[in-house]
Amino acid sequence: MKNALFFGLTVAIATLSHADEVQVAVAANFTAPMQQIAAQFEKDTGHKAVLAFGATGKFYAQIVNGAPFEILLAADDETPARLEKEALGLAGSRFTYAIGKLVLWSTDPALVDAKGDVLKSGQFKHLALANPKTAPYGSAAIEAMTKLGLLSNLQPRFVQGENISQTQQFVTTGNAELGFVALSQVLKDGKVSSGSAWIVPANLYEPIRQDAVLLAKGHNKAAAGALLAYLKGDKAKAVIRSFGYELP
Amino acid sequence: MESTDLAAVWLTLKLATVVTTLLLVVGTPIAWWLARTRSPFKGMVGAIVALPLVLPPTVLGFYMLLTMGPHGPLGQLTQALGLGLLPFTFPGLVIASVFYSLPFVVQPIQNAFEAIGERPLEVAATLRASPWDAFWSVAVPLARPGFLSGAILGFAHTVGEFGIVLMIGGNIPEKTRVVSVQIYDHVEALEYTQAHWLAGGMVLFSFVVLLGLYTFNPARRKAL
Repeated sequence: MKNALFFGLTVAIATLSHADEVQVAVAANFTAPMQQIAAQFEKDTGHKAVLAFGATGKFYAQIVNGAPFEILLAADDETPARLEKEALGLAGSRFTYAIGKLVLWSTDPALVDAKGDVLKSGQFKHLALANPKTAPYGSAAIEAMTKLGLLSNLQPRFVQGENISQTQQFVTTGNAELGFVALSQVLKDGKVSSGSAWIVPANLYEPIRQDAVLLAKGHNKAAAGALLAYLKGDKAKAVIRSFGYELP
Repeated sequence: MESTDLAAVWLTLKLATVVTTLLLVVGTPIAWWLARTRSPFKGMVGAIVALPLVLPPTVLGFYMLLTMGPHGPLGQLTQALGLGLLPFTFPGLVIASVFYSLPFVVQPIQNAFEAIGERPLEVAATLRASPWDAFWSVAVPLARPGFLSGAILGFAHTVGEFGIVLMIGGNIPEKTRVVSVQIYDHVEALEYTQAHWLAGGMVLFSFVVLLGLYTFNPARRKAL
């Protein structure tokens, strides 16, 4: 038993001290592109990116409380700026890696029309969105509905996902007929892969600038620096674009 | 405390009360059957009742989301009955919680019934009490500590439910946003002051409940 424990500890320490790994906290909406980018990154550089996906607000709280992340790919630009101000992110390391787009999406191919008029006609019981308090795509959805003058009409039908992935899951399982998700979640090879969708016009919400930041724990780590550089490279940019994001 | 916090507290108490009442109604016959039966299915039924003790709430939440959804069997049944779909509704939470807290009510009552043994019921029968009469005037009063433990544990466990509600609730104020979800929201939004009010309240509540259970109900250890 003691030996097994010792062996386990040795393995754990060996794994932890492996220099070519980088721990990355990734906003849920960037899950699919980041998986592709990380695989290419591993092949091209030999470094390994260990990815955790979730809500940006939750990652912030975890980083403030000592989470071992070395890079944050946020769903907004405020959180990285805040981390930099609090000296948890490295000054000057911030940059916009993607500009996100909001989409109203349903698995029903006939429900969402090309102009989003379904929001006015109201042929649905539940409208899913990410929690606007913590998820940037959620607050963008609120902003768009406010500008359309539909917020108070639609509010009673809101169901909130904890992050954008759970929001999509509410729609995918059919429990909510439609929902506001990230375009990247429903795009495949440049097309909306299933159901029906309305890409919310950019003038209805502030651009969702998604910033990356090097965290204090990733300072002077070769793999962390390499990943940030890789994200700015053409190969990564092509992947990011293919999921419907814009680039600055 | 904000009004949304108060609404969450009120909703949680309402949920726990409804669920506990239903659990006593549903759980008592199950406990009675499990305590008295010699059926070969006893082990299987007991195992099914105990499943929520070991399964992660994510497993239950995931399957409930699918079975209650528009393509799931329960979802199709509720739609056919004109009730709509259960996820994101208070009745949906009630059903999920009844299943989730079932072992916490059934097991103490079952143990209390088992502890009574055959003799008091046989005596009642010789005094010409019908099985129904014997159940109510002999078994239930003797099993009172088990009922008390079951009700308290079922109530407390429902108050403490989180994972399933997060997965099938949709975080709707006054319908599915219970205290545990509200705490999670406050923590995520870095509203630590509000989080402390609710979280501290939960610690106090749970402690008082368990203290009462251990202090005033010494039969509990036998019954669980």
